[in-house]
Amino acid sequence: MRILVAVKRVPITGGKMVLTGDAQALETKHLGFTISPHEECAVEEAVRIGEAEGGEVVVLTLGPPEAEEQIRDCMAIGADRGILLETQGEEWDAQATAAAIVEAIRAEEPFDLLLFGNESADAGGYQVGIRVAHALGLPVVNGLKKIELRDGGVRCERDVGGARDVYEAPLPALLTVLEGLNLPRYPSVPGKLRAKQKPLDRKAVSPPAAQLEKIRLVVPEGQGEQAEILGEGAGAAPRVVELLQELGVA
Amino acid sequence: MNVLCFVEPGDDLSAQAIGFARSLGDVRGVTLEGAYQPSAWAKALAAQETDAIVAAGSDRGNELLAHVSAILDVPFAANVTAIDGDVVTRQRWGGSLVEEARLHGSPQLLTVAPHTQPAAELGEVETLTAEDDGSPKVLERVEESSGGVSLRDAKVVVSGGRGVGSAEAFSIIEELASLLGGAVGCSRVVTSAGWRPHTDQVGQTGTKISADLYVACGISGATQHIAGAKGAKRMLAINTDPEAPIFAVADYAVIGDLHEVVPAISAELKRVRG
Ligand SMILES: Cc1cc2nc3c(=O)[nH]c(=O)nc-3n(C[C@H](O)[C@H](O)[C@H](O)COP(=O)(O)OP(=O)(O)OC[C@H]3O[C@@H](n4cnc5c(N)ncnc54)[C@H](O)[C@@H]3O)c2cc1C
Repeated sequence: MRILVAVKRVPITGGKMVLTGDAQALETKHLGFTISPHEECAVEEAVRIGEAEGGEVVVLTLGPPEAEEQIRDCMAIGADRGILLETQGEEWDAQATAAAIVEAIRAEEPFDLLLFGNESADAGGYQVGIRVAHALGLPVVNGLKKIELRDGGVRCERDVGGARDVYEAPLPALLTVLEGLNLPRYPSVPGKLRAKQKPLDRKAVSPPAAQLEKIRLVVPEGQGEQAEILGEGAGAAPRVVELLQELGVA
Repeated sequence: MNVLCFVEPGDDLSAQAIGFARSLGDVRGVTLEGAYQPSAWAKALAAQETDAIVAAGSDRGNELLAHVSAILDVPFAANVTAIDGDVVTRQRWGGSLVEEARLHGSPQLLTVAPHTQPAAELGEVETLTAEDDGSPKVLERVEESSGGVSLRDAKVVVSGGRGVGSAEAFSIIEELASLLGGAVGCSRVVTSAGWRPHTDQVGQTGTKISADLYVACGISGATQHIAGAKGAKRMLAINTDPEAPIFAVADYAVIGDLHEVVPAISAELKRVRG
């Protein structure tokens, strides 16, 4: 089995979104970075399938040179190789991202399985995986919380509010997944050490003109006001119960 | 301008989408029937002559328009809240951040962010036919045995975060939720630690709730958590840290250790009920 997983470096924003002065990006000077929980599950699934079936797990990302950190994180839990499509740090729209990923995959084919997150954590375009599948002529199933390999194909399930829809696809296939697919492992210390030695290919890429062209970002207004303090410690319980009664939920 | 709007009869989000679509031009409401086959359904939509295609920002709406955008090779803006000419305002980070962007290309493809528009009548809806193109489709639907109140529809959600400390300590959260006839929720720290299943997770990559009251216990209030909690009408936060960001989004606060506060609330509820 050769499995490709596509991931994206995003900031860990914490309690508040803060923008750069030009409103083109989040201010990330004091922030750490990660990948989406959906993608963490994609990597975990790829590694589990690799462990069960044998083969190679390749992690691909399009991002700044620093995105090596996220590839190494994926390697630390078991991915074998990395491909970094290196930008200058500018943001790419979904169409351009998909096109660059398609080109990189063509240079690396064949893959049996390609796993993407259902949507990126930051831009939330809901389309990169689907675009890549169409360009490569692959079957695609989205939003999965269960994947089973059987009879040379995959059987997979998607939540639809109180029920699950079942799909099947022949391999090779592209699947997009959601958090909840599995419970990703934590990287081990030996895993982190091994990750440093694993092969990583870098390829510089430059963006075509954006078709969904960002003008600026805006932080939506929150409720603004600080919460009304009902009390401190266990002594607040009577006041809380009064409130529950006022709200008609007690 | 001619606008094609994909709707699913009976779906709230479709009712919101069609109202938005009507603000753009003359709307033709369309749907498809039979086994859901995203790529084939998208081909049927892509074949229509129109200036714009609109759908709800639901799982299906976003999926179908992504397929249409790939088929037509035009850009697609997901989860739009406003449009002015070719400038769209759309949600990022599950709604915690907003982007203004120019949507080039024709037809314009966009989905409407859930719960940002009033619902409208669907009006006349035409049924298009899709030709099976051999792509993956829904083979069967497995109903899940509903264990209690669903997180998404619960009137009250009592939720625990890292501050709860262990799987066992969730018993106090469960007790309060059950006294209020509500559902148990949690933060991602809790699911990652294996204390609760992911189906309990509230947030950007978990469930988006719509409760009358959300009680957040030992949860800091990260934007990705709030993205799933802000659909609640009221929020009560219980936290030891008076500076916790959750107090800037909550309506009511109790400052204190949840291991004392939560059982005290349950006890008081039982007392007043006699
Ligand atoms: C792309 C992305 C998607 C994400 N999606 C989600 C998501 O869907 N849902 C989600 O929840 N998170 C999500 N996260 C994670 C999120 O950023 C936070 O890490 C997470 O919500 C923090 O969980 P927490 O509040 O339980 O923990 P912490 O941030 O560690 O907060 C714990 C809080 O408990 C308080 N506390 C500690 N002890 C006590 C006590 N005894 N009594 C009372 N209070 C106490 C502390 O003061 C603190 O405020 C996502 C992150 C990313 C990057």
